Amino acid sequence: MQTHEDHPRPARNDLVHREYWDLTYVTGPLVFLGNGERFPTGAMLDLVLDSGERRQGQVLEASRSRAVVQVLQGTHGIDVKRTAVSLRQDAARIAASKDVIGRRFNGVGDPIDGLPPLVADIEIDIGGAAINPVSRDKPSDFIETGISTIDGFNTLVRGQKLPIFFGAGLPANELASLIVRQAATQSDAEEFVVVFGAMGITEREAAFFLRSFEEGGRGSRVVAFINKASDPAIERLFTPRCALTIAEYLAFQHDCQVLVVLSDMTNYCEALRQIASAREEIPGRRGYPGYMYTDLASIYERAGRIRGKTGSVTQIPMLSMPDDDITHPIPDLTGYITEGQIVMSRGLHRRGVFPPVDVLPSLSRLMNNGIGEGLTRKDHRELANQLYACYAHGRDIRKLMSIVGEDALTALDQKYLRFAESFEAQMVGQGHTRRAIGETLDLGWQLLSIIPKEELTRINKDLIDRYYSEIMENGVPSPYI
Amino acid sequence: MAHSEHPIVGNLTLISGPMVAAGGMLGVTMGEIVRVGNARLMGEVIRIDGATAYAQVFEDTGGLYVGEPVEAMGDALSVELGPGLLGGTFDGIQRPLESLRQASGDFIGRGLTSHALDRRTKWHLVPRVAPGDELTGGTVLGTVRETAGIEHRILAPPRAAGRVKRVVPEGEYTVTDTIVELDGGAALTLMHRWPVKQARPVARKLPPDRPFLTGQRVLDCLFPIALGGAAIVPGGFGTGKTVVEQTLAKFCNADVIVYVGCGERGNEMADVLSEFPALNDPRTGESLMNRTVLVVNTSNMPVAARDASVYTGITIAEYYRDQGYDVAVMADSTSRWAEALREISSRLEEMPGEEGYPTYLSARVAEFYERSGRVVCAGGERVGSLTLVGAVSPPGGDFSEPVTQTSLRVTGGLWALDSALAYRRHYPAINWNRSYSLYFAELDAWFDEHAPAGWIRQRQTAMQLMQRDAELQEVVQLVGPDALQDNERLILEISKMIREVFLQQNAFSDNDAFSSLEKSAGLLEALLAFHDACREQLDREVSLSRILDLPIREDLARLRDVPNEAFAERTRQVIEAMKTALAELTPKG
Repeated sequence: MQTHEDHPRPARNDLVHREYWDLTYVTGPLVFLGNGERFPTGAMLDLVLDSGERRQGQVLEASRSRAVVQVLQGTHGIDVKRTAVSLRQDAARIAASKDVIGRRFNGVGDPIDGLPPLVADIEIDIGGAAINPVSRDKPSDFIETGISTIDGFNTLVRGQKLPIFFGAGLPANELASLIVRQAATQSDAEEFVVVFGAMGITEREAAFFLRSFEEGGRGSRVVAFINKASDPAIERLFTPRCALTIAEYLAFQHDCQVLVVLSDMTNYCEALRQIASAREEIPGRRGYPGYMYTDLASIYERAGRIRGKTGSVTQIPMLSMPDDDITHPIPDLTGYITEGQIVMSRGLHRRGVFPPVDVLPSLSRLMNNGIGEGLTRKDHRELANQLYACYAHGRDIRKLMSIVGEDALTALDQKYLRFAESFEAQMVGQGHTRRAIGETLDLGWQLLSIIPKEELTRINKDLIDRYYSEIMENGVPSPYI
Repeated sequence: MAHSEHPIVGNLTLISGPMVAAGGMLGVTMGEIVRVGNARLMGEVIRIDGATAYAQVFEDTGGLYVGEPVEAMGDALSVELGPGLLGGTFDGIQRPLESLRQASGDFIGRGLTSHALDRRTKWHLVPRVAPGDELTGGTVLGTVRETAGIEHRILAPPRAAGRVKRVVPEGEYTVTDTIVELDGGAALTLMHRWPVKQARPVARKLPPDRPFLTGQRVLDCLFPIALGGAAIVPGGFGTGKTVVEQTLAKFCNADVIVYVGCGERGNEMADVLSEFPALNDPRTGESLMNRTVLVVNTSNMPVAARDASVYTGITIAEYYRDQGYDVAVMADSTSRWAEALREISSRLEEMPGEEGYPTYLSARVAEFYERSGRVVCAGGERVGSLTLVGAVSPPGGDFSEPVTQTSLRVTGGLWALDSALAYRRHYPAINWNRSYSLYFAELDAWFDEHAPAGWIRQRQTAMQLMQRDAELQEVVQLVGPDALQDNERLILEISKMIREVFLQQNAFSDNDAFSSLEKSAGLLEALLAFHDACREQLDREVSLSRILDLPIREDLARLRDVPNEAFAERTRQVIEAMKTALAELTPKG
């Protein structure tokens, strides 16, 4: 076993600062250089315009006769004759130290809080390396968000990546901030950190997030990387990677429980598409590049826990679905990579239900690791399955009713209908209150009492005997176990 | 090594993501392994243009300079085959992930090399050949107890032939020790190497006439495939492809499982790695890990290695098949492999076919699935089989896309996952109206002989009921349930019971996760007996609502929670009670 990583490079990274003036071609966010042998792929370059303005570029592709460079701040104003190019770093790196907590940066990691640059303990390549699958620890620590539709039905665990899919105009940011606040109160304050990566969001949204993270006194435990809608689009490609590099650093070198909120992944994907089309790549679905799955995976997979370490990286990417379409390539590919998704519903929102989470298309793949006896409660899994089944059936009945009218429904059908209504109004529509997991489950049993016992075939008889009967008899919630 | 005397070393001329080109490579062959750059990243030649060779690189190419050296290594991408594979976890190019962890820590570094098989482990060999024996490819040279359940048969490499000159005595040997010498001087060891893109030879293929049993009722009963068959599991995200693949890996009746995690989640592999060693093989009682080989290339690992990972997996599977075992390969997900082909093809600027996939996609997919089959192994009268179950991840859950359609043409089973079922937590979310199996004709004889009586007839009855149910549901959607006759509404009720009691299966329940053939048949028999008895009562003018109010329905529904062992007895009781209860409804006189 040996590594070649440390082999000496040809003496090109010498201390002499060399400038080159051989731009040959400018298109969209790209410039081409006439010689590709000088810089390694992935290297960061400085481009100095005639005006003295300095921009950053990254080498995407290199051959003898050219290097393809993406310019983070765009190519407007660049000319081929008077732009000087020089090597900045052999790879995109970010300075990391524990002092990063509480700081604010732009989308590429330069401070924007008026404080001096970080004194780095270490400089880390933002591309990141894959966690060795055998080093991964199974995520199973339940995070109680206080939101019934998540805790009860789509349980979040530490080390998970669980995105929120929403349509324009739905209160997704409010939901995310609730989750963050709740996760924060659960952890020891000293070890909990929120890393916020903002890609192309509006000034107003950015302000909302920062304010909500700071409420509850956690402001000093936030690291923010902010690329606003008015900032250069190509910088967005770096923002989530900067955020996740810092997150991994804090989690795995400083034992922090890190929650990463990335918003909005749709803007990130659009920047990716912009580069792909400038490179004249063969477009995939809706013009997005064919490698978008791989590219997104290199972001989302940077969540998890590592054996023998106490820290964790949990990711909540926010993703707006164009036209509420869950089959759009961005939510579609995301859903294939992430461990489930929380889907928001316009219908529920219109009816004033908050938080308007549609539990049917929502899913947490790691739910089963985090619930059950000793974690939440023994009845959790079967109860959730039963409630799902009843609610799905109730929704079918509702659809049927709109065709055939309520009178045509059987007595049992009407019970299901009533169940679905109550479920939405009470279980989903909890408003801004916080529910402990025990309260959520007890409410579930209360709602189930609408349905005849014989119908509840998803729940083991012992559990029914214990919980259902109790609720039916005294109507009082059973004690939290 | 083909180039050992005159090594071919060229220089990088182009670096474009996972694809590179190097000049000065005259003499390199298609498919040959190259070491790229000072970091000596591993790559595979995929195009030759004069002295320029194009290669896909199995590691991240960031940091490479144009001009760095590229060396041709002489061999095609090959795997090591020998004792020590079972229980192992390898990356797409067969490097043990545990060794990588020791070398570079929790995050995978670059340019690492490691043997797949440990060179120090000693295995107890019992030789099976003697000096003077003629051997050919596939002859069993000896046996090694690899795990408690699997006797590893040491095979002569497929191209070996000759007379045995010397054999070592029974004893402890490492995988590289010579154990047999042939007359011509050739030395054979416990392990040999084989190029992954080439199917291992077999004596002949056999018709697949024994079932691949999974302990999953919907599959075993309605859509069984054969040992040596191939099926695909397509489904949109969240429909449970991975859970299906993992469940099959746990419960299917193969001797050896090769699980290929291709372009999927790291946490899922953590799940398998923490769960499998703790689970026991329901047939041997041994840890499941002892019959499992994991090949893992997660979605954030280099894209070109996805292509390697499926071939690595299937070659290891063929090797155990050649020893006379029933082997199953779970490939999750083949779509990620296809996407890797598409990415490399697009970097080569090849003319794209449908949805940007290369035009050779269908040929590659067909070659891959054709490596399944039940065979007489080369070099002896052993019979082995290789069953292939490939997950497919169609964009937007739309099955009309190229990977699903191409795979359908070359496989014999479709287990179609349905997001509507998954939304209501009907698991496994296999849509019974869309799925099919083409293996019924070959398997009926086996089921006739080994399955509980009436199995085939019950299966047909159940399918007819479900079909009728689908038609009636359409009517209900138009005019409401009132328009139906009692006997039609009975069909709706029975179908609902079949769906909820029989087709659904709880992977997290100890009693329900694995359903024996007897239990599956018994459960269906009870439900169909209930249907028959109800029809009888309807004929006697008993109203449907009275029948449906009977508490015995709940007992029927709870039958699936009865353990496999206690099942026969309990079913008999419930059927008796059900008949009595129904008989009491008949109007007297």
